[in-house]
Amino acid sequence: MKNPLESLHMTIVMGVVLTVVLHIVVAAIGAAPGV
Amino acid sequence: MVEYWPFFFRWLHVLSGVMWIGLLWYFNFVQIPNMGKIPDEQKPAISKVIAPAALFWFRWSALATVVTGLILAGFNGYLGDALMLGLKTGVSSEAAIGFGMWMGLIMAFNVWFVIWPNQKKALGMVEVSAEDKAKAARTAMLFSRTNTMLSIPMLYAMVSAQNYGY
Repeated sequence: MKNPLESLHMTIVMGVVLTVVLHIVVAAIGAAPGV
Repeated sequence: MVEYWPFFFRWLHVLSGVMWIGLLWYFNFVQIPNMGKIPDEQKPAISKVIAPAALFWFRWSALATVVTGLILAGFNGYLGDALMLGLKTGVSSEAAIGFGMWMGLIMAFNVWFVIWPNQKKALGMVEVSAEDKAKAARTAMLFSRTNTMLSIPMLYAMVSAQNYGY
């Protein structure tokens, strides 16, 4: 199976997906009380 | 005057970061996709002149970005909390800048300890067999692509951290 990082388009798509995940995780940390 | 130094290091951080990520994107958006279109007799212009010069500024601007970023975080008093991803404080801006810092650190590690050593082999700066040369070029390309992928959320994290808690 071809490594998706060999494709520049797939690299950008994965970067955008990671950005969405990051946004959700950061929002969750902000909503949770600190320890 | 007290507030000048955080600003000054933020300016240096942005300057060096623009050079680093600008060159990363040059490699991934311009050089790598177009190497196949260049006639073989003209390829040394890239591999012997342009790429080594670009790699020099690339790796040193990566280091400068990390150093100025850590100094800036220290001045602003969030270095430890951000590296703990804001989990201790529950502050979104510290979580955001923390994720950005970790991605930046991973990317800088890739530059110095994976991409640069492999590029030296791929560009013929270190003598290796043809097989190892091809292998090194592929490894350098894949880690460069990894950094390009990470640069998208990393910059989102860096910029978004400035916009929390307003």
